[in-house]
Amino acid sequence: MSDRRPPMAGGFRLTEADLPPLAIGAALLGTGGGGNPYIGMLRTRELMRRGATVDVVPLDALDDDALVCSVGGIGAPVVGVEKIEEGEECLRALRALEETAGRDAAALIAAEIGGANSMEPMLTAAQAGIPVLDADGMGRAFPEVQMTTFFIYGCPSAPAAIADDKGNCVVFKDVVDMYWLERFARTIAVDMGAGAGFATPLMRADFLKRYAIPDTVSYALRLGRVVLDARTARRDVIASVAEASAGKVVFAGKVTDVRRELKGGFAVGEANLAGLSDWSGEVARIAIQNENLVLWRDGEVAVSVPDLIVNLELDSGEPITTEMLRYGQRLAVLALPAPDLLKTPEALAVVGPRAFGYPEITYRPLGTA
Amino acid sequence: MIRIGVDVGGTNTDAVIMNGTDVVAAVKAPTTEDVMTGVIDALKQALDQSSVGGDAIDVVMIGTTHFTNAVVQRRGLSPTAALRLGLPATAALPPMVDWPVDLRDAIGNHTYLAHGGHEFDGRKISELDHDELRGIAEDIRAKGLSSIAISSVFSPVNTEFEAEAEAVLRSILPDAHITRSCDIGRIGLLERENAAIMNACLRDLSYRVVSAFQQGLKSCGITCPFFLTQNDGTLMDAEYAERFPVLTFASGPTNSMRGAAFLSGVEEAIVVDIGGTTSDVGALHKGFPRPASVAVEVGGVRTNFRMPDVFSIGLGGGSLVQPDPYDGVSVGPQSVGYRLTKDGLCFGGTTMTTTDIIVAAGKADIGDRSKVAHLDGGLIEATRAKILEKLDLAVERSRLSPAPLPVIVVGGGSILVDDRIGDLDVVKPQHYAVANAVGAAIAQVSGETDRIYTLADTGRAEALDDAKRRALDAAVAAGARPDSIEVVDVEDVPLAYLPGNATRIRIKAVGELNV
Repeated sequence: MSDRRPPMAGGFRLTEADLPPLAIGAALLGTGGGGNPYIGMLRTRELMRRGATVDVVPLDALDDDALVCSVGGIGAPVVGVEKIEEGEECLRALRALEETAGRDAAALIAAEIGGANSMEPMLTAAQAGIPVLDADGMGRAFPEVQMTTFFIYGCPSAPAAIADDKGNCVVFKDVVDMYWLERFARTIAVDMGAGAGFATPLMRADFLKRYAIPDTVSYALRLGRVVLDARTARRDVIASVAEASAGKVVFAGKVTDVRRELKGGFAVGEANLAGLSDWSGEVARIAIQNENLVLWRDGEVAVSVPDLIVNLELDSGEPITTEMLRYGQRLAVLALPAPDLLKTPEALAVVGPRAFGYPEITYRPLGTA
Repeated sequence: MIRIGVDVGGTNTDAVIMNGTDVVAAVKAPTTEDVMTGVIDALKQALDQSSVGGDAIDVVMIGTTHFTNAVVQRRGLSPTAALRLGLPATAALPPMVDWPVDLRDAIGNHTYLAHGGHEFDGRKISELDHDELRGIAEDIRAKGLSSIAISSVFSPVNTEFEAEAEAVLRSILPDAHITRSCDIGRIGLLERENAAIMNACLRDLSYRVVSAFQQGLKSCGITCPFFLTQNDGTLMDAEYAERFPVLTFASGPTNSMRGAAFLSGVEEAIVVDIGGTTSDVGALHKGFPRPASVAVEVGGVRTNFRMPDVFSIGLGGGSLVQPDPYDGVSVGPQSVGYRLTKDGLCFGGTTMTTTDIIVAAGKADIGDRSKVAHLDGGLIEATRAKILEKLDLAVERSRLSPAPLPVIVVGGGSILVDDRIGDLDVVKPQHYAVANAVGAAIAQVSGETDRIYTLADTGRAEALDDAKRRALDAAVAAGARPDSIEVVDVEDVPLAYLPGNATRIRIKAVGELNV
């Protein structure tokens, strides 16, 4: 393992005991998508048991001119639980970018803290011997490459790299914008078996200090601990999470129908719920594109992207991903406010309802309706 | 039709004889160390009680915890080779990576990664390498292993590599027990592989158990066919059960919930099954247990079976009652289990149990009441309150809504409860103590279809109808009475990026056994 480790300033070293709560917190922030972090958690645990370390450092631990790379898996979540990674896909993509730049990354950052991609930068950082930043580009999960604060606020679209399990690695040299990068990466990821490691252009630390969403790794960890502690103490898990996250339970109900189909590489569909307890007699509908996008209550929009719509199993508080949704499940729907960096006009153009094909919905930030 | 239902639990082995829908004999016998002695005892007593001859029995259904317990207690498991086809993919997490270490050690931790596997769209990840497989087979032979599990990436969609690898292994290991993951589970490599490995490590035990059942029935003069119950409450014949013992996991709670629904005639309820050591609590919907929505662990291993959503608490008729400096009294989770009739105070033993408290309170007439007459009235009240508090919490967890539902209380430990749990009324049906054996006796047969449809050609509704028809036909073929069949499980999963919106539809239908 190379020794490029900068001093730890205010960071923390992840322990094996942190992994289960981190996985729960990440699944929660995945808002139904982003893939199940379970596989990534096991991979990180295996690395730790073989002596690797994961150090999480705050943004201000890096010098302004240090370079940071965002890495993550790209593909379909349903494939991710079946075709498990070879293991060094993201590392190979990172190395390709470092070679192109002629400089090494000082740290990695997650593109999305929500779902499986919360773990990927951590285990890649452990493999590379560098820290991972306590921050990400979404504060949740989104389905497409351009939907990060990195790209929204000016990260260039090239060079980027994508690597598979078999030894193929493709470097994108010139890409005119982030939408082209999404298109090329998606197409190649499908050719690579709908599961590949993806590294986006190296970014300077001073850029990230302004535009990354801070403290999201520790936030996910904290939410996961709240879930586990509430379960142990037999407290209401859902109320505890709502309290710890400034969120609000906006519906509770039973799943009466789930429809899913794959369109352009995404699991698109909707779930219908019949209300229970306080919502008895009401119905709700949730639109899905990998993640939960919009919640309608009795036909009225109640929550929409970029705010977070999180389905939790009513009894256990376990986050339910969109592929786990089944007829008969009983869910609480929790809404969490999106980070401010996702609410600006330039962000809403990329991650607002219109960007997901709902031009008729005007985003109303949670709590202002 | 005269049928026998048997349920082998950790504490008791229950047997019932049913003539049509009437329970004509009901017996509870202690489960014995060797299991079979207890089963034969229960069968003989039931036959005596009903004065039905062994040759008059049409069919025997057995629910057993043999296999679950073997995994939970890590006993009787065969050393097993786990072979996965998928390299270079999947190398990051070898087979059994998420297993408890003691269980992995119990079956030897023999794992092999080889080339093969499919992509989601049917392409091969890599070609199957016969030389590589033969080398692995030689190594398995050198280690003296005779149980093998094979998993291959995306085998539920394309089974060819698991079949081909099985043939290669068989050419070198003709007598090995080989379990293919595609025969057991669905998409989700680790969970499906886990189930296949657990099945493989139970194959020697399943041979012994099925043979023992055969001989045991014969020794009671019973020569009719027998079936084992699966975790979904349906039946598999003896030959199939020997090949797939893992499918019996969690059949106990399913049987008791189905039995509770049958005996009470109530189809929407909470069921509390109070045994000797634990109470299982779950919700009944349309007469079937509500399935769990999250991954279910067995013996610490994740699986993706659809198991009943049952919540277990450490409270039963044998639970220890001890004074507690903080709480006044503590009840369970330690239990004397099947030793209740030796160790309990009212049976002349020296251990104070929940049963002793109930007998002392005059709520049940078991053993010798004079032996518990000295118990303090305050202790009795505190213990009974504690029991109800624990049950109330478990029932609340299973409740769907504030709407009042009845609680059906079954199992040998039902004496712990009076007429209410929390704000809900308790129903104790006749024969409540043997509800699980009744559940086994009324178990149904199922038919399943699992096909890929191109929705661009057929449309979703039409595809679902076609799949339903095929599942119904399969249920009839498996021996179900046509007018009794209903669809119990529908699952459609799109297959990603294939032209024409290809979707895998899986439907299960169940009906009454037509004997």
